[in-house]
Amino acid sequence: MTEIWTRIASDQALILGFVAVGAIMGAAQLLSRGLTRGRIHGSAIAILGALALAWLGGELTGGKKGLADVPGLAGLTLLGGAMLRDFAIVATAFEVDTAEARKAGWAGVIALALGTLVPFVLGVGVAWGFGYRDAVSLTTLGAGTVTYIVGPVTGAALGASSPVIALSIATGVFKAVLVMTATPFVARFIGLDNPRSAMLFGGLMGTVSGVSGGLAATDERLVPYGALTATFHTGIGCLVCPSVLFLAVRALM
Amino acid sequence: MPIFGTALLALCTVLGVALGEILGAVLHVKANVGGVGLAMLLLLAARQALARRGWLRPGLRLGIEFWAFLYIPIVVAMAAQQNVRAALSGGPMVLIAGLGAVTLCFALVALLGRLMKERADD
Repeated sequence: MTEIWTRIASDQALILGFVAVGAIMGAAQLLSRGLTRGRIHGSAIAILGALALAWLGGELTGGKKGLADVPGLAGLTLLGGAMLRDFAIVATAFEVDTAEARKAGWAGVIALALGTLVPFVLGVGVAWGFGYRDAVSLTTLGAGTVTYIVGPVTGAALGASSPVIALSIATGVFKAVLVMTATPFVARFIGLDNPRSAMLFGGLMGTVSGVSGGLAATDERLVPYGALTATFHTGIGCLVCPSVLFLAVRALM
Repeated sequence: MPIFGTALLALCTVLGVALGEILGAVLHVKANVGGVGLAMLLLLAARQALARRGWLRPGLRLGIEFWAFLYIPIVVAMAAQQNVRAALSGGPMVLIAGLGAVTLCFALVALLGRLMKERADD
């Protein structure tokens, strides 16, 4: 019996991933209707539940890939990996209203600039408050506050120490998780209900996983607009953090 | 046929990601610069070109829309494999920096959104 199960778990990994995600979404749909009478979106509950399960998976296995480290659920890494995620995000663009996207173009650029600068300055300030004084560590920790990819890329480029790089990744992942969970609850208060504000949101928040998860939980029609700007965020961060912003931090030290 | 839609989507994705890689190399950045965004723009251009020739058949659309519908389940799978434990155990510096950045950016979304609305109303 166990032999059959291990073989299925490895040979049918992606298929088991579909079953697992279907089960999570089904349970979320029931909770949404039963407990909140549809007030909290089923997808929001599904994403929150998936994050909770990811935490549980990490606690149970001690691994780094959340629920995907649980035997039989390794297929989640392929199903929820960057390849299929980006493929599906591009597919959502098919419904984009090009006139709306063009109208928000310039604001998207401003949002991207602020979305890099504001978290960076804040991250550097917090790191300063925790006693870091060298420009390399400060820049790396600031970059981690931009996204969890910008942090390690910047740290590697500047030669930061490995604990500092690990902290910068943790900050970025925490930010992504926070954006995913908080967005549906604050959406109403920040006016996140139209394509233009979704493009602003994508540029300011940056983290593609946070933006795509947060918008999916809020209103899936907004996803392509947010993704359109968010996708430039990591690249811009990796461009300016180890160069211009590092020089600025060093000059201030 | 749906496969033509899926193949078109795949072609746009690969071309966009490749452009993002080239842009990254040109700018000396160790990351993909806007690959997914460029792929989205390519798909929009392809949609317009197909619509003009009357080739935007339901079958072809289905091959693309199926993947757009799978988007949320894919995001759920992505959420399920995050290293949430590490994110929560990073200590107070991680929590303060993350919370501060997200709160500030939420406020900026509200502020810029309002400014844009006023401009549009003028």
